[in-house]
Amino acid sequence: MSLKIITERCKGCGICAAFCPKQVLALSEIEKIEAVHEENCIKCGQCEMRCPDYAIFVEK
Amino acid sequence: MSRILLLQGNQAVVEGAIAAGVKFFGGYPITPSTEVAESLAERLPLVGGKFIQMEDEIASMGAIIGASLTGKKVMTATSGPGFSLKQELIGYACMAEVPMVIVNVQRVGPSTGQPTSPSQGDIMQARWGTHGDHWLIALTPASVPECFDLTLRAYALSEKYRVPVILLMDEVIGHMRERIELPDNYDEIPQAERKQPTCPPEEFKAYATDESLVPAMPAFGSGYRWHVTGLVHDETGFPKGTPAATKEAADRQYHKLYDNLEDIVQVENYRMEDAEYAVVAFGGGARTAYEAVDRARKEGLKVGLVRPITIWPFAEKQMKELADKVKGIMVHELNCGQYVLEVERAVAGKMPVTSYAKYDNEPATPAQLLAEIKKAMAL
Amino acid sequence: MSMENLINKYFRPGRLPHIWCPGCGNGVVTGTIVKAIDKLGLEKDNVAVISGIGCSSRASGYLDFNTVHSAHGRALPVATGVKLADPSLKVIVVTGDGDATAIGGNHLIHAARRNIDMTVILYNNSIYGMTGGQYSPMTPQGSKATTAPYATIEPSFDITELVKAAGATFVARGTTFHAQILADLIAKGIEHKGFSLIEAVSGCPISFGRQNKIGGPADMMKWQRDHAVMLAAWNKMTDEQRAGKFPIGVLYENNDRKEYTEAYDELIARAQGGNK
Repeated sequence: MSLKIITERCKGCGICAAFCPKQVLALSEIEKIEAVHEENCIKCGQCEMRCPDYAIFVEK
Repeated sequence: MSRILLLQGNQAVVEGAIAAGVKFFGGYPITPSTEVAESLAERLPLVGGKFIQMEDEIASMGAIIGASLTGKKVMTATSGPGFSLKQELIGYACMAEVPMVIVNVQRVGPSTGQPTSPSQGDIMQARWGTHGDHWLIALTPASVPECFDLTLRAYALSEKYRVPVILLMDEVIGHMRERIELPDNYDEIPQAERKQPTCPPEEFKAYATDESLVPAMPAFGSGYRWHVTGLVHDETGFPKGTPAATKEAADRQYHKLYDNLEDIVQVENYRMEDAEYAVVAFGGGARTAYEAVDRARKEGLKVGLVRPITIWPFAEKQMKELADKVKGIMVHELNCGQYVLEVERAVAGKMPVTSYAKYDNEPATPAQLLAEIKKAMAL
Repeated sequence: MSMENLINKYFRPGRLPHIWCPGCGNGVVTGTIVKAIDKLGLEKDNVAVISGIGCSSRASGYLDFNTVHSAHGRALPVATGVKLADPSLKVIVVTGDGDATAIGGNHLIHAARRNIDMTVILYNNSIYGMTGGQYSPMTPQGSKATTAPYATIEPSFDITELVKAAGATFVARGTTFHAQILADLIAKGIEHKGFSLIEAVSGCPISFGRQNKIGGPADMMKWQRDHAVMLAAWNKMTDEQRAGKFPIGVLYENNDRKEYTEAYDELIARAQGGNK
């Protein structure tokens, strides 16, 4: 696992998914972020950098 | 060793502030309080303190709130219009329980009014000027030496109860020059101290209290990190808007003062031992009253003076006792009748309460006041 | 330190999630502040964070320093009192566009004029968010707001130019899209001795974006990406190319002016030496 998602902090704004260069992330049915293609993650950290809710971290 | 000086009331406040250990003043020029700022601008750097002339009255209040949080004793000084501008942050200081002394040398109002004429028109503003229910202390000196003494007392009360204390002066007292005897140096004057936490920082809750209901207040930078807010907060200091937290905060702020009225409220009785009639007067108005009472006594009239030194909290107990003792009360004040409303409430119709309200920008003469007393006694 | 550890170290335990709306930029800016503080290795006990009133000003309550959530517009006077009374504290002011430039505008120019050592992080989301979307002095002219239903006719401040003219000695601008750059700018501002201001261009999707049909949270960040220009590139652009865009980076720095609390120490020495 390279991505750590703290679901209770996620407000489902979708910023991380919008800027993920590898389309790793998507909003779930209940509008919380999920790693749908974690195998494609390149650990660039763009999601972590722009998450307003400290809900997603990239573990290196 | 001591020295004899001829000082203005405003200058005596400055001496009191230096003696009390004031290390920060934030102010803005306004007549008739400006001498307080001018003198402290000169005096504070000499004792390693800081004086700053802020960009406006509101900023002056903000600056002393900030400086008080670093553990310093702080002061600002103003007059009517400036006092109005400070009100929002006076409420903040009540809510966040930040000690400070605010000098208000009252002048004629409303609005610009008359900058150099005496008035006591801010009695109710001192109590109710900021929005919302709140509790604070206001002291009123009636002489130049008392300006010094009450400034010291203002710091003692402010630090002890973590509450803003208003030194409610008037132009008569602020600008009057009188003889005053002061110690040569202030080293032996006891310094009011703020309660400090006894627990380690990780266990510290900023607004947790013991039976005194006054929370400890560590300085910023001391290692105790805490949050200061004007929002209703619980004992942690963080905002909490529940009905229970809201009521608890208000109750504690009330009781920390009103359970200690014996300690806070001071009233002077002058020639009251056998008095059948009482004049209630304070500040500049009390100066006229002392002389009027003396003249009345010479004429065989059993008149005395009751002088509230603590204006707020109101001297409820003392006024109720007075109502059981005398046949009539006259409240003399330099406004259209503000303090008299409180006296009437306390006396609750037990006897006649008359008001000699002087609001024409000149203090009464003793002869005028005596004539008014005689008229009222004949009723 | 990883971002997760930064949050755990510098945020007060148990206070997240914060109150800000989904997609609000305030969380991003607040994250960059703790990144900057960590980069500089400041001790938590020696940092004071002072805010006013508004959405952004809620940041002080989350941060584990000596913190004040003051009154609307009054963060700078309170910060001035803290800094002058104890110059050993690092003072950071958290404020919004309405708080700093409308009700607190007078304090802003005077704090800049004094060049007192503190760092203002101005969260600029172009709107009063807490009260539900009224226009501020930094709302772009022509924008809609609840108090500008026919679009605002008032020109907006370029706050970086304003504080520079008033006497600030470090002025920068960043955006939440360029969060890493923003963190570096904040670190430089804190390191700078004197009055520094960093304008953090931030999105308010709920109260500004929606009224002005900019789209959702990600669209607001894309707007920043497409309109912010690094200063080096900006300097090479023609006025035509600059239209509608804005520069980011360190816009002004002056290390020659005396800092206020240092000047005050000299004043004390002068007074105690008997010289007026």
